[in-house]
Amino acid sequence: MKSDLSRRQFLKMTGTGLAIAAATTSTGFRLLSAAELAKEGQSFHPSVWLEVRPNNSIIVTVNKSEMGQGVYTSLPMIVADELDADWKNVRMEVAPADDAYKDPVWGMQSTGGSSSIRHMYEPLRKAGAAAREMLMLAAARKWTVPLKECAVDKGRVRHIASNRMLTYGKLAADAASLEIPQNPVLKKESQFRYIGKNIPRLDMHDKVNGTALFGIDSFVPGMLYAAIARPPSYEADLLSYDRDAAQAVPGVQAIVPIHSGMAVCADSLDAAWQGRDALKPRWENGRYPNLSNESLEKDFTAYLDVKGLMARNDGDAGRALDSAANKIDAVYQLPYLSHATMEPMNCTISVRPDSCDIWAPTQNQTGVRNLAVKLTGLKPDQIHVHTTFLGGGFGRRFETDYVEEALILSMSMGKPVKLLWKREEDMQHDLYRPMNLSKIQGAVDEQGRATAWSHKIVCPSIFARVFPSMLKNGIDTAAVEGLENMEYEIPNIAVEYVRIDTPVPVGFWRSVGSSHNAFTVESFIDELAHAAAKDPLEFRLGLLKNHPQAKRVLETAAEKAGWGKPLAKGEARGIAYHLSFGSYVAEVAEVSVDRGSGAIKVHKVTCAVDCGSVVNPAIVSAQIMGGLTMGLSAALKEKIEIANGGIKSQNFGDYELLRMNEAPDVDVHIVKSSDKLGGIGEPGVPPIAPAVANAVFQATGARLRQLPMKPDTVLAAMKQG
Amino acid sequence: MVHLEINGKAYDVDVAPDVPLVWVIRERLELTGTKFGCGIGACGSCTVHIDGKAERSCQTSAGSAEGKKITTIEGLPENHPVKHAWIREQVPQCGYCQPGQIMQAAALLAEDPHPSENKILEHMNGNLCRCGTYLKIKSAIRLASSSGGNK
Repeated sequence: MKSDLSRRQFLKMTGTGLAIAAATTSTGFRLLSAAELAKEGQSFHPSVWLEVRPNNSIIVTVNKSEMGQGVYTSLPMIVADELDADWKNVRMEVAPADDAYKDPVWGMQSTGGSSSIRHMYEPLRKAGAAAREMLMLAAARKWTVPLKECAVDKGRVRHIASNRMLTYGKLAADAASLEIPQNPVLKKESQFRYIGKNIPRLDMHDKVNGTALFGIDSFVPGMLYAAIARPPSYEADLLSYDRDAAQAVPGVQAIVPIHSGMAVCADSLDAAWQGRDALKPRWENGRYPNLSNESLEKDFTAYLDVKGLMARNDGDAGRALDSAANKIDAVYQLPYLSHATMEPMNCTISVRPDSCDIWAPTQNQTGVRNLAVKLTGLKPDQIHVHTTFLGGGFGRRFETDYVEEALILSMSMGKPVKLLWKREEDMQHDLYRPMNLSKIQGAVDEQGRATAWSHKIVCPSIFARVFPSMLKNGIDTAAVEGLENMEYEIPNIAVEYVRIDTPVPVGFWRSVGSSHNAFTVESFIDELAHAAAKDPLEFRLGLLKNHPQAKRVLETAAEKAGWGKPLAKGEARGIAYHLSFGSYVAEVAEVSVDRGSGAIKVHKVTCAVDCGSVVNPAIVSAQIMGGLTMGLSAALKEKIEIANGGIKSQNFGDYELLRMNEAPDVDVHIVKSSDKLGGIGEPGVPPIAPAVANAVFQATGARLRQLPMKPDTVLAAMKQG
Repeated sequence: MVHLEINGKAYDVDVAPDVPLVWVIRERLELTGTKFGCGIGACGSCTVHIDGKAERSCQTSAGSAEGKKITTIEGLPENHPVKHAWIREQVPQCGYCQPGQIMQAAALLAEDPHPSENKILEHMNGNLCRCGTYLKIKSAIRLASSSGGNK
């Protein structure tokens, strides 16, 4: 159902000019004018807006969250291009949470899965093209000339013969009364004015001068600050706390028990935090006092012997392995990881008897609104979600746990509340990238061809909590992504999924299953290449004869990196590729290893990416660069420490992120095999860990099968190797 | 009551002197360009200039900043070469750490208009960026340096 809110906003906007909404229908996507929208009644769900104002401003409403990936620029570029707008007149506005703005593919308003361009490209192009055709028709009628004598030119319609011109702003009112073409003619690629160009980001100035508003920058008159004391271990009850001491802190208004702990609400942030300190809570040990990295490692290892569910079964891997002469096996282990967005979780909410305003750095507007409806009892159109800039998302901000807390506290206090987590809360109450173990067996024949691959992964399920309907016969498709669709042409492949449930909650972490499975697949394929005594690149190419896109990124990255050419003494190269979110990325890492300390230095990474049509190449390169840097941070440094039933890692002192002196030079090459769009926010992450591990093997002969590749891990592997 | 001079303006703030400066700047005075990241001085998001030096405002008490000249990202001139360079190089992604990065870089160039690669790394290493913009930050610093340092 379309809500009254969006209708009001829509109709209000149409008074000033031409506005176009796009609606999803059961048969696809269609465009609606305001008049039609009113006629169509409640059965359509407009999801995209553009507005042409009489002053020539073009306003594009963006229904995706900006968390660094550039959608506040790339989505308006798509509309502006088809509209043939003058870019300097284009502005963007952030969509409210409303059914009108739901992602047409997902049916929910959220940002993730590297899908923003993929899902919005066609509807936004159609919206822009329809508006262009209407503006042209309005001009033709005004001049009483045939439509075919008119052309558009950067925000103006021109009558070619007489060289008369009218700006879009001048034509907006006339165009608004026209019928909207349902199948506007889209531009040819050669006609693109903005798509494919390095258009500077629209959010750049605000992010450089400090005026960009993130969730943490929200203020509401009369708001209280909230701080929550949380248990240090999972499912631990509060034994005692000093309510009087907290209440005695000047400015503290109330101590509020909440499902996640004990909240202190106060007039200022410092009072709320001091009040929390004064609580001096004592917690019981929790339900899992023996939970630790060691206990988890033991449990996961034991699960390697549990029979799992077959996610893929080509040929007969078991028999092929039994009869193989040259076979190897290995166990890989990856830890739980925190998202560690630079902006800690926070939310500011004002719940009133008849409405609710939520300022949230969220990837999940639909989730936020549904939650608010559920908790407040208000109607969806009484809930106003204001999406701020996100200080990093990476999947963490798809969750709504911090919104729930702020809602409860605002309702309980009858006042607006700003909830801000400390870094320690953010680190210890995350929903982590799942720990996982893989046991892989593989075989090569006398000619050095891979003949069998048997892969068993023990991994907690994200979908079991977030989208249970996405489980396929009990198999978490995220846990086996990159395995069930592994492209290597091996006749016998078995992929087995063993789900393990632990008290540690898991969530989407940039590139999700691919972020761990690329490491195991691309490391083990290197192990097979070694067993076959073949060059790692040649070995891969030999197994990808029918996968031209994979071959092309591998060959491009290898060529640009100078694969096979000599390096400085002590340096070596490793290669890896991965297909995720519709995009192919290959990365070649050049590393050296300090043989005394075991420290890895990554000097340079050369990347080739094939994501199909590119809207903004500079943003694509930045995302690949950023993705591999985050992936390298995880590969070299990150591991959540668990002990005594809870998370022990606290802050950037004991959960270290990659710093500038550890960031390699990066060279990104974009190749395009087809127009088919691929995602770009995540695919840069997966190949870096195996590329580095494979380079370390070349440099030292030590095979690293555990992340992170900390110096002591490397030293231990070098001793073994 | 704490008396502060921020971006050339005098402020009297009713706050205990031991409250970290970052909370006064952000939550009392609503100069929100300065960000909170870790609270332990390990990320650099809260970097401001105190008497021209880059300092972590989460590790500086409001009281200790009295009588000193505090500059936040809002007080760095719009035409500052570092801001220009950041835009030219299109550095930010999510943008959250960037005010801290910019303040850290501006202090470096004020002290050494032509820093070496090692000096840049040494000076900037305390500022984390989760989006991975480090290479662009380095290029922007080199660009600002070649365009005349701090002035």
